[in-house]
Amino acid sequence: MKALEIAAQVRSGERSAVSVAEEALSAIQARNADLNVFVHVAGEEVLERAAAVDAQVAAGRDPGILAGVPVGLKDNLCQTGVPTTCGSRILAGWRPPYTATAVERLLAAGAVPVGKTNMDEFAMGSSTETSAYGPTRNPLDPTRVPGGSSGGSAAAVAADMVPIALGSDTGGSIRQPAALCGLVGIKPTYGLVSRYGLVAFASSLDQIGPLAHTVADAAASLEAIAGHDPRDSTSLPGPAPALVARLDQGVAGRRVGIVRELVDGADPEVVAAVEGAAEVLRAAGATLSEVSIPELRLGLSAYYLIAPAEASSNLARYDGVRFGLRVAGADITEMYVATRTAGFGAEVKRRIMLGTYALSAGYYDAYYGQALKVRTVMIEAFARAYANADLLLGATAPTEAFALGAKVSDPMAMYLSDVFTIPTNLSGHAAISVPFGHGTSGLPLGVQLLGPALSEGRLIAAAAVVEAGRGVPGA
Amino acid sequence: MSELTRDDVAKVARLARLRLTEEELDRFTGQLAQVLDHANDLRALDLTVVPPTAHPVDLGTVMREDAVRPSLARDAFLSAAPQVEEGRFAVPRILGEEP
Repeated sequence: MKALEIAAQVRSGERSAVSVAEEALSAIQARNADLNVFVHVAGEEVLERAAAVDAQVAAGRDPGILAGVPVGLKDNLCQTGVPTTCGSRILAGWRPPYTATAVERLLAAGAVPVGKTNMDEFAMGSSTETSAYGPTRNPLDPTRVPGGSSGGSAAAVAADMVPIALGSDTGGSIRQPAALCGLVGIKPTYGLVSRYGLVAFASSLDQIGPLAHTVADAAASLEAIAGHDPRDSTSLPGPAPALVARLDQGVAGRRVGIVRELVDGADPEVVAAVEGAAEVLRAAGATLSEVSIPELRLGLSAYYLIAPAEASSNLARYDGVRFGLRVAGADITEMYVATRTAGFGAEVKRRIMLGTYALSAGYYDAYYGQALKVRTVMIEAFARAYANADLLLGATAPTEAFALGAKVSDPMAMYLSDVFTIPTNLSGHAAISVPFGHGTSGLPLGVQLLGPALSEGRLIAAAAVVEAGRGVPGA
Repeated sequence: MSELTRDDVAKVARLARLRLTEEELDRFTGQLAQVLDHANDLRALDLTVVPPTAHPVDLGTVMREDAVRPSLARDAFLSAAPQVEEGRFAVPRILGEEP
C-alpha cells in the first residue's frame, strides 16, 4: 500500500488510521524476528496517535498529507521518550528529551511513527552489519544485506511493514540501501531538511531524507519535512518546496549528462540499467549526452578523511558523563577510556582513529587540509558540468545487494560501495535513487539522478519518468 | 605506502580515549594504512592555490535575538545521566586530592 493512497483513504474517512496502524504493527510482528528491521517498536502510543488522527477526520479537520501513514524512523532520529541508540551500545537505553524537527513535521502532517529502524553504528557502514544490535537482512533475499547505513529503514519499506521511512545520508546511506532494496531514496540538498534532533555523524555532510516505494510517496515525505528551521544554524532559508506538484512535469527539453565516472567499474547489469534509464529519459524528450567529470574519482579519498575527521570530533561527546553508557574507572580519564572502549564497535573506533590521525599535528595539511581543497575542486567540477546539463545520471551502487558477511572484514571493500554516492554529499547537492533493472540474481538495481542545489523538483519530475518507464523491455 | 606505524595507531587511540588490544593494534594499523594509501591520490595533487571548503553552504554567522525563551527542565537532561548528585552530573575525582 502506498503512503498517498493510505492518506487519501484516511482523509476521506474511508479507512481508519487505527486499522492502518494495526496492520503495520502486525506486519512488523510477522517478520521482524527474522529480518531484524526495527530495534524498537512503539506500543500503545501508536494506536493512540492513530486514534487522534481519526478523531481529527471525524471532527472535519484535515490531519495532513500523510494522514494515518505509518512511518519508520532511523534510530538516529530523536523522538521524545522513545529509545534512540544509533545502533550503538554506548546509547543503549537512552531516551531523548526532545523530538527532531523532521519527526515533528511528519507528526504535523498526520503521520504515525511506529518505531526505530536498525542502522550501522552511528551510520558508519554500508550494510547495516556494524549495528551493535545485529545485522538487518534484505527482505528480498534474507541471505543478503539491505545496504546501509539506513538499512533498517529500507528493509522496513521493502518488507511492507511501513510505506515510508526516514533515513540519513552522509555518503550514500539513503540512496544505496534504497537501490539494494528496490526503493526510491532521496538525499536532499544540504540544509533543506533540518538536522535538529539528528544524532551527528559528519555535520557538514549529514542530511535526513525519505525512502519509499514510489517517487510520489518520497516527494510527499520530503515536502512534509523540508523547510527552514531556526533550531539548525545550517538550515537554508525559505519554506519547503512544492514537490508533489512537480511529479507530472516530465523531462521535455531537459539536458541530462550520463557521467562516465558514475558508471565505470559497476557490474554490467548496473551499466545496462543506467543505459536503459537514459533511453527512457530520451524517449520522454530529454537530451542525453555523455560527460566525464574526472574530479569525482577523488571523492572517495576525500570523504574517508573528512567524514572521519568530523566524526572524531562529534563522537567526543560520548564520555560517560551526561548520557548513555558509563563504565567505571579509577579516575576520570580511565572512566572515559573504559566507557568508549566498551561502548563503541570496531568500525566506529576505526573511523574515530582515522579522523583523529587526519586532524593531528604533522598530518593535518597532508590529509584533512588537502581533502578540504579537493572538496572545492569537486564543487567547481560539478558547477562546470551543470553549466551544460540540467541533471546528471549514473549508478547508485556498483553492484546488487551483496551477501551478509561478504565485506565485514575488509573495510576498504565496504567503503567502495559508496563510490557513486559520495560526491553529492561533498558538494552539498541533491540526488535521488530510483529502481531500474535487475542484477544477475534478479535483485533490483538503482539508478541515480543528480542535480545542483535545490533541484529537488526537477529531480522528482525526472525520477517519475524513469519510474514510469522501468517496465519497458530491457529495463 | 603510508608511513602509518603501529606506534602511531597506539598514540591516536590514546588521544581518542580508546584502549586497543595487541591484536586490534595490528589489525587497525593495516586497515587504516589501506585507507591512507588510497588517499595518496589526493596527496599527489598540487592544490596550493585552491581554497579549502569546510562546509557546502555558506550562510555566514547565523544570529538570533538574545531573548529569554522556555527551555527543557533540568531534570529532563539529568535523568539521562549515568550518575547525578545534588542536581549536577557526577564524575570520578578529577584532581588527585580529597575535596
